[in-house]
Amino acid sequence: MHEEQWPLWEVFIRSKQGLDHKHAGSIHAADAAMAIENARDVYTRRMEGVSIWVVESKYVHASNPDEADSLYDPANDKIYRHPTFYDLPDDLKHM
Amino acid sequence: MPLPAHIDYILHLADNALILGHRNSEWTGHGPILEQDIALSNIALDLIGQARYLYQHAAGMMGGDTTEDRLAYGRDAWDFRNCLLVEHQNGDWGVTILRQFLFSAWQFYFYKQLQRSRDRELAAIAEKSSKEVSYHLRWSGEWVIRLGDGTAESFSRMKNAVDQLWKFTGELFVPASFERLLIPEGIAVDVEAVRPLWEEKVGEVFADAGLEKPAVWMQSGGKEGRHTEQLGYLLAEMQFLQRAYPNCEW
Repeated sequence: MHEEQWPLWEVFIRSKQGLDHKHAGSIHAADAAMAIENARDVYTRRMEGVSIWVVESKYVHASNPDEADSLYDPANDKIYRHPTFYDLPDDLKHM
Repeated sequence: MPLPAHIDYILHLADNALILGHRNSEWTGHGPILEQDIALSNIALDLIGQARYLYQHAAGMMGGDTTEDRLAYGRDAWDFRNCLLVEHQNGDWGVTILRQFLFSAWQFYFYKQLQRSRDRELAAIAEKSSKEVSYHLRWSGEWVIRLGDGTAESFSRMKNAVDQLWKFTGELFVPASFERLLIPEGIAVDVEAVRPLWEEKVGEVFADAGLEKPAVWMQSGGKEGRHTEQLGYLLAEMQFLQRAYPNCEW
């Protein structure tokens, strides 16, 4: 249909005030303004969000999966780093 | 008893929304790119939703066993009161975009004024729909600029779209017989007063898009039931199921 693809953008949606933006997926768009509209049309049609961030996918840098052993495994036996030894009140949400 | 003109007026607004909604829905699965396929389908659903509220309102005033479905699927072309612009065939993406922009710009200013109608139900529908129409106007306006101010091919397609559609815009601002009766009652919007607002908005977007407003003879008749042949084909497809299997549901 079109010989040249529009660049890919990653879409982050905040589902309601006070929560963080979460990665929702990706879309194609010619520029940032179109990316926000496309994200609105594709990812918020069922009331999923109140705010949208988009970032061109080429600007997202990822860790190397081959380095997973050295990056993440050392945390496995450091249970004292987790805040699991506290009793949280029932009324506390989003922890 | 409600005035017959009042019912014609509500049907005119409902038919505008339904017919353009149906035209846009013809793109579903055929859009130039997935994101725009969904965007136009969303707009189609918004418009069909507006049509439903309006048909329900008309059906309530008509009473008896009239239903929204009967109004949408049980009337023939000469009963439809939509303007000619919305029934025009989709053509290419440029024609579809421009048709949406010209209509959304009208609907945007029209609904703003309809919110002051003495018909409180109409005023409420206009208020609810205005948010949707704001987005339709923004979305379609940006596309008109993108394509008009884009490549040589996209510009020539937009120019072609203007040549095809401009002659249908005059009708938007000429009150039909039923509107003339309702304007003094404070029920109908005086569409002549909408014209300068529309002209200004369209002028701004056309200037950014590098497009010009042509001076052409304006077609009319849609609001009084005199349509182009294209509406017949549209209704034949849209109404097929209810015609073949009356009152069927799923």
